[in-house]
Amino acid sequence: MLRLLQVSTPVPRDIPLDLPLPEWLLIVLLVVSFLLHIIFVNLMLGSTILTLWCQIKGLKDQDYHQLAHEISRTITVNKSLAVVLGVAPLLSISTLYATHFYSATSLTGGMWIAVIPLVTIAFLLTYLNKYTWNILDKNKPLSIAINAAATALFLFIPLIFLVNVNLMLFPEKWGTVKGFFSALLLPNVLPRYLHFVAASMAVTGLFIFWYIGRKNYPFETYFVRLTRYEVRKNAYSLTLAASVAQFIIGPLVMMTLPTKGFDWRLVLVILSGAAIALPAMWRIWKAITGHPDEIGRHFGMVVIALGITVVFMGSGRHVYRANALKPHQKLMALKTAEFQRLSREARENPVVEEEPVSNSSLSVNAKGATIFKQNCSSCHQEKTKLVGPPMTEMKTIYANDKNGLKSWIKSPGKKRSGYPQMPGFSQLSDEDREELANYILMINK
Amino acid sequence: MDFPMFHLDWLNDRFLIALIAILHVCINHGLAVGFIPFITRLEQQGVMYSDNNKITDPEWDTMVYRMMKVGFLITTSLGAMTGVGIWISVSVVSPSSIASLIRVFYWAWFTEWLVFVTEVILILIYFLTWKNSNKSLKAKLRHIKFGWFLSFFSWVTMAIIVAILGFMMDPGNWNTDHSLINGFVNPIYLPQLIFRTPTAMLVAGVFGYVLSILFTGKDTAIRIRAVKQSSRWILFWTPLSLGGAVFYYRAIPQAMTDNMSTAVGTLQFAEYYSILKYVIVAAISTIYIVAALGIFKPGKVRLFMVLLPCIMAFVFLAIFERVREFIRKPYVIGGYMYSNLLRVEDYPLYKRDGILKYAVYTSTAEVTESNKIEAGRNVFILTCSRCHTTQGINSIVFAFERMYGIGKPFDEVSVAAFIKGMHNGRTFMPEFPGNKKELEALASYIKNLQQTGDVIEGAQNEGVVVNPNQSVTAVMPLIESKQSVLADSLMNISLFSNK
Repeated sequence: MLRLLQVSTPVPRDIPLDLPLPEWLLIVLLVVSFLLHIIFVNLMLGSTILTLWCQIKGLKDQDYHQLAHEISRTITVNKSLAVVLGVAPLLSISTLYATHFYSATSLTGGMWIAVIPLVTIAFLLTYLNKYTWNILDKNKPLSIAINAAATALFLFIPLIFLVNVNLMLFPEKWGTVKGFFSALLLPNVLPRYLHFVAASMAVTGLFIFWYIGRKNYPFETYFVRLTRYEVRKNAYSLTLAASVAQFIIGPLVMMTLPTKGFDWRLVLVILSGAAIALPAMWRIWKAITGHPDEIGRHFGMVVIALGITVVFMGSGRHVYRANALKPHQKLMALKTAEFQRLSREARENPVVEEEPVSNSSLSVNAKGATIFKQNCSSCHQEKTKLVGPPMTEMKTIYANDKNGLKSWIKSPGKKRSGYPQMPGFSQLSDEDREELANYILMINK
Repeated sequence: MDFPMFHLDWLNDRFLIALIAILHVCINHGLAVGFIPFITRLEQQGVMYSDNNKITDPEWDTMVYRMMKVGFLITTSLGAMTGVGIWISVSVVSPSSIASLIRVFYWAWFTEWLVFVTEVILILIYFLTWKNSNKSLKAKLRHIKFGWFLSFFSWVTMAIIVAILGFMMDPGNWNTDHSLINGFVNPIYLPQLIFRTPTAMLVAGVFGYVLSILFTGKDTAIRIRAVKQSSRWILFWTPLSLGGAVFYYRAIPQAMTDNMSTAVGTLQFAEYYSILKYVIVAAISTIYIVAALGIFKPGKVRLFMVLLPCIMAFVFLAIFERVREFIRKPYVIGGYMYSNLLRVEDYPLYKRDGILKYAVYTSTAEVTESNKIEAGRNVFILTCSRCHTTQGINSIVFAFERMYGIGKPFDEVSVAAFIKGMHNGRTFMPEFPGNKKELEALASYIKNLQQTGDVIEGAQNEGVVVNPNQSVTAVMPLIESKQSVLADSLMNISLFSNK
C-alpha cells in the first residue's frame, strides 16, 4: 500500500522564480484578504436565504414581505464586494500555492469555468428579484421562484471553490480524481461546506441586527406589526443558533480531515478560536432573554469576540494547509532544483543534430542544402509534390531567373489553386537566400 | 508539463480565453470607461435644460437613470465576472504562464486590484445614490460632480491596465528587467491608450444611442433630444477614435517587429491586419451615417438602424483585441515561455531526452513500438493542445488537410518532416520540443486522428495518469543522496503513507 500510494503521488516542479514578497507577508495577505472576502460571501448567501424565507412567510404576513425586500436590497452591495474582494486572495494563493491550486482547478476545470456564468446568472437573478419587486407584487410565487433559483445557485457555487481548496491539499488524490463530481466526493468536503453555511447564517444574523438597529433606519415607516426589537431578537437568535451548530459541525470537520495536516499548533489555534466565541454567545443569550431595551448593549463586544474567532479559524485553516503541503513542497523543491541542473547541463552541451546530405550532386553547396532542409523541406521535396511543388519544377520556372526565385522566397505571391499559400521567408538574410536559390537551381532534373 | 492539462477539444482552449476577454473589454470600455462620462453629461443636461424652479427635468432624468441602470446591471454582473473570468480561464488553460507572471507582477496586479475595488465602490455609490440626490439642487450637483470624478477614475483604471498589458507584451523586459515602468514607456503604450480612450467613448455613445431609443416613445420630443445628444457625442469622438486607430494600427508592426514576435511577418498576421482595415472603415462609416441622421433627421431614426452600428462598434473593438493577442506568438511570455507552456531554456533537455520523460502526467513515459499511438496522444496533449484541437476549432487534422488536401490520407513521414521544420516557415509556431521518436509518434497519432476521428476529453473529465518517473517514489533516490540535508523531509514522507 505504501509503495502504491507513492507511485501515484505526483511531484511536479515548482515555478522556478522567486516569490515576489517574503513568504510570511504573502501568508498574512492571503489570510486577511480571504477573511474579508468570505465575510461578504457569507452575507451574500445568508441574506439570499433569509430573503427567500421571509418572502415565503410574506405570502401570509405583509410585514415579512416587507422585511424580505429590506434584506434583498442589501445584497446588491454585499455581492459586489464579495466578488471584488475575492481577487486578492486568489492572487495570493496563486502566488504561494500555484502548483497545488492550479492543479486542482485544472482537474475540475469544467466546473471551475462554470463559476463565471453561474455567478453572473445568480447576480442577474437577484437584480431581477430586486427590481421587479413592485411589478410582481400581485404574482408573489413567481418572485419567490426567481429568488429560489438565485438561492440554489448561491448555495451551489461555494461548493466549487471548496472542492478546489480541498483537492489542492491532497496531491495523492490527483491521479484518481475524474472531474468535479468525483472530487466532490472526497470525505471532508461536505462537513466543510456545512461549516461554511452555518458561518454564513451567523454572520448574516449579526449584520441584520446592526442594519435594522441603526438609529437613522426608519423602521416604523416600513413595518406595521413587527417591532424593531422582534426583528433584532430573531437576527440575534439566528447568530446564536448557527454558532451552537458550529460546535457540532466543527469537530466533524476536524474528524474528517486527513491526519497529515495536524499538529499541536493547529489544535491550539482552533480551540482558542472556539473558546473566544463562548463569551460572545453568552452575551447574545443574555441579550435575547433580557430586557428589550438592552438588547443592543454589548453588541460591540459580541462583534469583536466573534471577529477574533473568525480570525483564529481562518488562521487555523491556513495552518492545516501549510502543514499538509509542507512535505510535498519539499519534495517539489528538491525535484525543481534537480530539473534545473539537468536543464542547465543540456543547455551547455547541446546535441548536434546530424544533417546527412545524401545526394552527392547537391552536397557541393552544403550551406544551401542546410538552409533548404531547415526551412523548405517540410513542404518541398526533390522530385515529387508534397505541400508545394518539387524542386525540379522550381528549376523549370526559374532556370534563368535567380532573382525572381529569390524574391519569391522572400515574399511569395499566390500562384495557383490546389496549393496552399506559401509563407514568406523575409527572416532569412539576403546572403542565405542567395545560397538557397543557388542550391535549388543546381538540382538535376 | 507540471499541470494536469485542461482541454476543450471542440471549442479550443484559446478561444475560451478570447471569448471571455473580449466580452470583458467590450463591457469595460463600452459600459464603464466610456459610458460613465456619457451618462454624467446627459444627467448634467437634465439639470441645465430644466425650468428654473425645478432641480432637473424629471422625465429626462428618469430616462438617463434607466440607461445607467442597464450599464450598472451589466457591469456589476457580467462585467465583473468576465474580469475575474479572464484569470480563471487563463489559469486552467495556461497555468504555468499565469503562475510565472504572478510571481513577477504581483504588485502590479495588487495595485490593479486596489484600483478595481475603488472603482466598484464608486460605481455603487454613483448609481445607488442617484434617486436620493434628486431631493435638492445641491445634492444633484454634487452627484454630477461625483459622476465626473468616477469617469476620471475609470479612465485611470484603464490607463494602468493598459500598462500591465503592454508590459506583458514586451518581451525584452522579461529577461532583463522586471519593472512595471517598462509598461508605461513601452512603444505600444501610448498608441494603445490614445486608441482606447476615444474608442471607449464611441462604443459607449453608440450603446447609449440604442438605449435612448429603447427608453423613449416614438416621435416624442424627449427622443429627438436624446437622439441628437447621442449623435453629437458620437460625432465628436468618431474622428478621434479613427485617428487613434490609425496611430495604433501603424504602431503595431513597428513596435512588434522591433521588439519581439516574428509572428507579425506571417501571412496569418497579414490576414488579420487587412481584416482590421476593412472593419475600421465599415464600422466608422456606418456609425457616422447613423450619427449624422440623428442630427439632421432625428425623427427618422429607428431602433434597427442603430443596432447594426452598435454591433459594428463592438466588433471594431473586439478585432483589435484579437490582433493584439496574435502578435505575441510564438511566445506566451516573450522570449521566455512558448505558447505550448514550455520554457525556452528547457528545450535542449527535452530535445535530448524527450518530453514524455519529464511530463508529470502521461500514461506513457517513453515511446515504444506497441504504445506509439497512445504516446503520440500524450505528446499531442503536452505540446499541441494549448492551441489545437483534434477535430474542433483550429483542429490539427484540418491544419494538415489544408496543406495536403482535404480527405487525402496523411503520409506519416511528411507530417513528421513538416512538424520538424514548421517553426522556420510558420514563425508563429514554436519549435517542436520532443525527440525523434516522439515526433514520429505524434505524426502517427495525427494520422490516426484523421482516420478514426478520435477526440480528447481533457483532464477535467478523464483525470490524469501520474508518470511513475515523476512520482514520490522517483524522488526517493534524490532524497537519499541528500539525506543529511533533508532528513526531515524524508521523515515527512511517511505522512503520505499514513493516509
